[in-house]
Amino acid sequence: MWIEILLFGLLLITAVTIVGLNDLFAAAMLSGIFSLLCASLFTLMDAVDVAFTEAAVGAGISTVLMIGALALTGSREYQQPTRLGPFVVVLLTGAMLIYGTLDMPAYGDPAAPIHQHVAPEYVAGTDAEFGIPNIVTAVLASYRGFDTLGETAVIFTAGVGVMALLLGRRKREDEIQIEPSEDELKGGDA
Amino acid sequence: MSIKPPMRMREKVLLRVASKAFIPLILLFALYVQFHGDFGPGGGFQAGVIFAAGFVLFGLIFGLEALQQVVPWSIVERAVALGLLVYGGVGVSCILRGGRFLDYGVLDHHSPMHGQHLGILIIELGVGLTVAATMLAIFYAMAGRGRA
Repeated sequence: MWIEILLFGLLLITAVTIVGLNDLFAAAMLSGIFSLLCASLFTLMDAVDVAFTEAAVGAGISTVLMIGALALTGSREYQQPTRLGPFVVVLLTGAMLIYGTLDMPAYGDPAAPIHQHVAPEYVAGTDAEFGIPNIVTAVLASYRGFDTLGETAVIFTAGVGVMALLLGRRKREDEIQIEPSEDELKGGDA
Repeated sequence: MSIKPPMRMREKVLLRVASKAFIPLILLFALYVQFHGDFGPGGGFQAGVIFAAGFVLFGLIFGLEALQQVVPWSIVERAVALGLLVYGGVGVSCILRGGRFLDYGVLDHHSPMHGQHLGILIIELGVGLTVAATMLAIFYAMAGRGRA
């Protein structure tokens, strides 16, 4: 109980600090810490597979990629005048989400609809059909194999998209080399 | 005496020694997560990310050129597609063996349970391959851009 309150408190402090920061390097590091706190919370909820993914992706590789992107673009945030409109929209959306949670079943309630539909079948079937202890793996790889195939295709598409955007453009710059017009976009530490 | 330029990461002994000790352990842990996913937490996705993180660490310390000698771009580029093809190929081979798409039970005609184990193992391998290669490809694309 107390550890959850502590972690949620730290999560809130980290989020508010990120919003207030102008130094984007610090913001990238703090977003890694944010992910690590999320992973700790998932572990407390016994969702170790999700926690593992959050720690590896959110706290690990995406922080590295974010810093890599900052090395290309520059590490200070462009100062914008404070506007009230977006703030009100965010507040309203947050309030609506919190209002939505009031209708949700209590955490861990065995009578919740999610535990009534196919979940009992998966829990009973994993041992009988697969003989493996990790139900999450059985659901992801076999029961929901089509979904995971789709997810892999999404990652493939993301990779191809990044390659097409970043590598295709670099090649063209190498070939043409007339206008140094892209240089001010890179900025920062040459 | 002229002013020294800032030390590059590979010239820092502590970073170099520590990363040399850590990288094999990171890669070994990734393989454990990959092949132990049916029994413990983890699977192809997490393993792929951890595997890529090991190589990214190597690239950060020793430079992009050294990393490209270990894992050439041509391999990364092909592995992104190969992983997805392995996954889809398992599904197609299920059809060829008389089952439905991604119905791994038919992969072993003695016991459906062994077929399921085999199917899960191979598709997790495909997921891990695509994820690791994609992460490396993004890292290559971004790290290589700064010096173009």
